[in-house]
Amino acid sequence: MEHSHTARVSIGAKPRSRWSLTRKLVPYAYLSPTILLLIVLSLIPIATVFVYSLLDNVIITRNPPSFIGLGNYVEIFFDNHFRQALTNTLVFSGVSVLAHLLLGLSFALLLNSKLIGAVPKALFRVIYILPWVFTASIIAILWRLLLNPNGVVNFLLITLGLANDQIEWLSSRQLALPAVTFINIWSGYPFYMVSFLAGLQGISDDLYEAGKIDGANSGQLFRYITLPQLKPIIISLAMLDFIWTTHQFTLIWMTTGGGPTRTTEMLSTFTYKLAFSSNEFAQASATAMIILAISMFVAVFYVRNQRLAND
Amino acid sequence: MTKATTHSAGKGIATSLTVVGLVLGALFAGLPVLWLFAASFKSNTRIFAYPPQLIDDSFSLAAYSTVLTNPEQLRYFFNSYLVSILVTLFTLLVGILAGYSFSRYDFRFKNLLNLIIIGVQSVPPITLMIPYFGLIVTLGLYNSYWALILTYMVFTLPYAIIMMTGYFNTLPRELDEAVMIDGGSSFTILWRVLVPISLPGIVSVGVYTFMLAWNEFLFALTLTKTNDMRTVPIGIQLLMGQHSFEWNQMMAMSVLGSLPVLLLFLLFQRYFIAGMSAGSIKG
Repeated sequence: MEHSHTARVSIGAKPRSRWSLTRKLVPYAYLSPTILLLIVLSLIPIATVFVYSLLDNVIITRNPPSFIGLGNYVEIFFDNHFRQALTNTLVFSGVSVLAHLLLGLSFALLLNSKLIGAVPKALFRVIYILPWVFTASIIAILWRLLLNPNGVVNFLLITLGLANDQIEWLSSRQLALPAVTFINIWSGYPFYMVSFLAGLQGISDDLYEAGKIDGANSGQLFRYITLPQLKPIIISLAMLDFIWTTHQFTLIWMTTGGGPTRTTEMLSTFTYKLAFSSNEFAQASATAMIILAISMFVAVFYVRNQRLAND
Repeated sequence: MTKATTHSAGKGIATSLTVVGLVLGALFAGLPVLWLFAASFKSNTRIFAYPPQLIDDSFSLAAYSTVLTNPEQLRYFFNSYLVSILVTLFTLLVGILAGYSFSRYDFRFKNLLNLIIIGVQSVPPITLMIPYFGLIVTLGLYNSYWALILTYMVFTLPYAIIMMTGYFNTLPRELDEAVMIDGGSSFTILWRVLVPISLPGIVSVGVYTFMLAWNEFLFALTLTKTNDMRTVPIGIQLLMGQHSFEWNQMMAMSVLGSLPVLLLFLLFQRYFIAGMSAGSIKG
């Protein structure tokens, strides 16, 4: 067995040009399933959406498609519902990212504290990660149970004297957007917490020792050592999370469906309804391209930040 | 009062503040989950009883037995397991081959391909959804397992490739050379040497991939049609759509639907956390 391998290698080495051509193809051979999948299921589809977005009458129509250039984009841009979905998405994502950062960092600092024993720490860590174990559709129905007008959240608020009446969290025009944002904050902070914990454990104790010798208090140690050391993680987490939150569909779809009266409509639910409820595939393609553009805009900064961090 | 005692008093205050913070955080994180479990054991008429009780006298396993004896709902679980396990296996297979290529070879288009793979991670699922619908119908895969497996891989594969490339990069090239000298092919290097050493990395990628597949909602909603092809997340939505809300059943199904991820998490906590945090730290 071993011998035959050796023989094949030495025979193959003789006709030098053919050998080197084969060698050149080897990396592509290993990558061929990946390349095939990427071409068929991402590059071609993205090209397709782009073309759709420039047409009128695509997929489910009686008339043949016609080229209308940027017509769909112009129409979408002057559509108030689209602009509301865009604003909602930016508010929902911006507030979520900020709250995730604050909660994730606070919990990571608490869990990293030297004042607590290892066993309670491990226990708290498991509890803190719990929200992350649940999938978005389960989180959606769990919070529909908790935030139900007759539910336990209202009971607690009324008992504590913080509310007078049962609050319709998810069906109130004023409260629905804050409520879904809160649910998203609850479900998303563990990702940050875990990354910050890993980051905190990577900061050398020497830095803190040196700081203490220079007479720094714990606030100063945090500001001048912890925060700068975590900065690359903070930036990449915030960008990744912003991209993912602008894609959030399930949570909205299963809590409010974008309502009441579009107050929680996001770009994702707006696009989905345009395509699969109204059959306006051309316009939906235009909004889909806009979401893609927003994501790619942030992703470019993400990649640049990663390159800087790795060099 | 000496300096030492103020110091230890300060430490005592700091410790109690930390404990209070930890407990408050644990209530924020844990109470909703506790309520989910509690509700799954109640009878449906007692879900919104006033005043609410964590455990009341309607405590029973009835909701679980209803879910577990309903063939339609069992089918959701079967579908979810099948699709998630196959996605994990295929993703690992394809991802390991690609990661090996990126780690050990230099070739034209390497940077471009790498950039595309990172970029695909940020493509919104809803953007792909519109062409996928037509594409999957054209390929004759509509309402089939393959429709889900292939489309899920678009999102699981980039992460697997990036992670496996990073992992292989940490393994010394001397290993490869030793196998080469013994007459092994590049394939032998990969399967006999690199893969066995990389098992921890493979486990964390596998666990993360399984979770992504288990949680997927949008593609499952749009690319399947009949109840016998639906997965757990969609099954939960279907329970909600019926005329009355069977809250206890939905909660029981949620508990059962979260068990695989919860178990994977408890079993492979270290790998899980490594996989989760590596994405943001290393990129």
